[in-house]
Amino acid sequence: MSDKLLKVNIQKELKEFDLDVKFELKNKRLGILGPSGCGKSMTLKSIAGIVNPDEGIISLTTNEEITYFDSDNKINIKPQKRNVGYLFQNYALFPNMTVEENIAIGLSKDDSEKSVSDMIKRFHLEGLEKRYPRQLSGGQQQRVALARILAYSPDVILLDEPFSAMDTFLKEQLRIELSNMLKGFDGFSIMVTHDRDEAFQFCDELIVLDQGKIIAKGDTYDIFENPGRVEVARLTGCKNISKIEIIDDYHLKSLDWGVTFEVSKKISPNITHIGIRAHDFIAAEKEDVNVVDTENATKFEMPFEWEVTLSNGLWWKYDKEIYEHDFEIPKYLKVDPKNIILLEE
Amino acid sequence: MMDWSPIFISMKTASLSIFITFFVGLIVAWGIVKTKNDTVKIILDGIFTLPLVLPPTVVGFFLLYTFGVRGPIGHFFIEFFAIKIAFSWPATVIAAVVMSFPLMYRSARGAYEQVDSNLLDAGRTLGMSEWKIFWKILFANALPGIISGGILAFARGLGEFGATAMLAGNIAGQTRTLPMAVYSEVAAGNMGEAFNYVIVIVVISFIVIFIMDYVSIRKEKQWKY
Repeated sequence: MSDKLLKVNIQKELKEFDLDVKFELKNKRLGILGPSGCGKSMTLKSIAGIVNPDEGIISLTTNEEITYFDSDNKINIKPQKRNVGYLFQNYALFPNMTVEENIAIGLSKDDSEKSVSDMIKRFHLEGLEKRYPRQLSGGQQQRVALARILAYSPDVILLDEPFSAMDTFLKEQLRIELSNMLKGFDGFSIMVTHDRDEAFQFCDELIVLDQGKIIAKGDTYDIFENPGRVEVARLTGCKNISKIEIIDDYHLKSLDWGVTFEVSKKISPNITHIGIRAHDFIAAEKEDVNVVDTENATKFEMPFEWEVTLSNGLWWKYDKEIYEHDFEIPKYLKVDPKNIILLEE
Repeated sequence: MMDWSPIFISMKTASLSIFITFFVGLIVAWGIVKTKNDTVKIILDGIFTLPLVLPPTVVGFFLLYTFGVRGPIGHFFIEFFAIKIAFSWPATVIAAVVMSFPLMYRSARGAYEQVDSNLLDAGRTLGMSEWKIFWKILFANALPGIISGGILAFARGLGEFGATAMLAGNIAGQTRTLPMAVYSEVAAGNMGEAFNYVIVIVVISFIVIFIMDYVSIRKEKQWKY
């Protein structure tokens, strides 16, 4: 894996904005996180060759470097020749073919028989060979779609919001299944999603995309801990974000909540916002640091947490047991200075 | 004694013309769906649909103008192959193909557009050739719509009258198809003879529709339910 490299550098003019994405991938699993319509799917489709970028280079190095697309040298390899597997949001199984036929469709006659039976076993599809996609459950469909892609032994697998159209229960189950199945895959996988949990769970590295531009790029844990920018903080699930006024090196005033906070890192002049994760508040005394008053707060009960909204708009989430139904909001809450995330616009 | 030749002529004409219309219609519809340029698309679509909206005699007029002895194509065939197209049996096929083509083409196009484009892209990323994608995915999944287009086109070809009269005429034993025969018998006051031909047309049409419907419903049931 160490010498494999996927290079993507593409520009494409779209209706709403211009897509401009550039990255190099050495790690196995990349996530592209962004709101819907930010150019995520377009990026995947460009890598697969279904859509052509206006300009740029896409190349993959395994044993040797293969250029998929190069606008300057007029290279554009057909999707058929790229060896890139694409898992569509609705799986795109061929409704007129059985499970077996779906898996065998991209294979040559000679190796189809053996690989199909291997795939049927590996993906636990025994007994379903003669069924049509409509007769399968969502989980079985996902397994067939993956089996169909892996039978073709691709160098790269692209996953286009694979769980977006599912109910919560199925989603959680299939996430685990997909994660396990991809463990045996020795190539790149790129997952596009707008769901921070999926991104966190699947990806070693993360790219955050907004309006066609990369606004954050790096190790998944780092991006969640230090989002750096307002939009990234929002996409990684930060509930409380406010514009600020800098008071001194370690103090600032939030303009949305009217509270003054102390922070642990020196505030540089380009900081315009702060973020506080809803779980980072704890009960406090009046004279503590970074205290907020909870007067007139409202609470909502969820199965495993209390969601409290303060009168100034701050959110607080507090874990609870399912059988607890009573909860008294503490008079004061505080947040540790090191848990205040400094953000740029 | 009833003259059986209109039945044979009609069967020959309708079979050959639906064969041509069906495949050409499929391919042309595919080409139009793949055309990216909207202006080209609209112009070509207009040309292919025109025979559906024009009066058949007007289409026949244009055909005669092209395939007639002095028309560009008719003249070419006489000059190089010594074949006269107008007022001969091939003319009945040409008239039937041109008149039934829009129905086949439009049905196929509509049916293609119903097929999820992700399926086609999935086929591409799985290494299927464009030709294989066309037959195994696009055609196979559009089949119910294509078949109903085929039925309509066949019926239109079998019943063709106006354009056939203009280009092929009404020559007994050569270009007198069933609809022509019905018209001729009625014009000659032989209502009984006309009635026989009418019955034959109704029976043939019904059988064809029945067979095609039966096939498409069975096929669809197999993978839909």
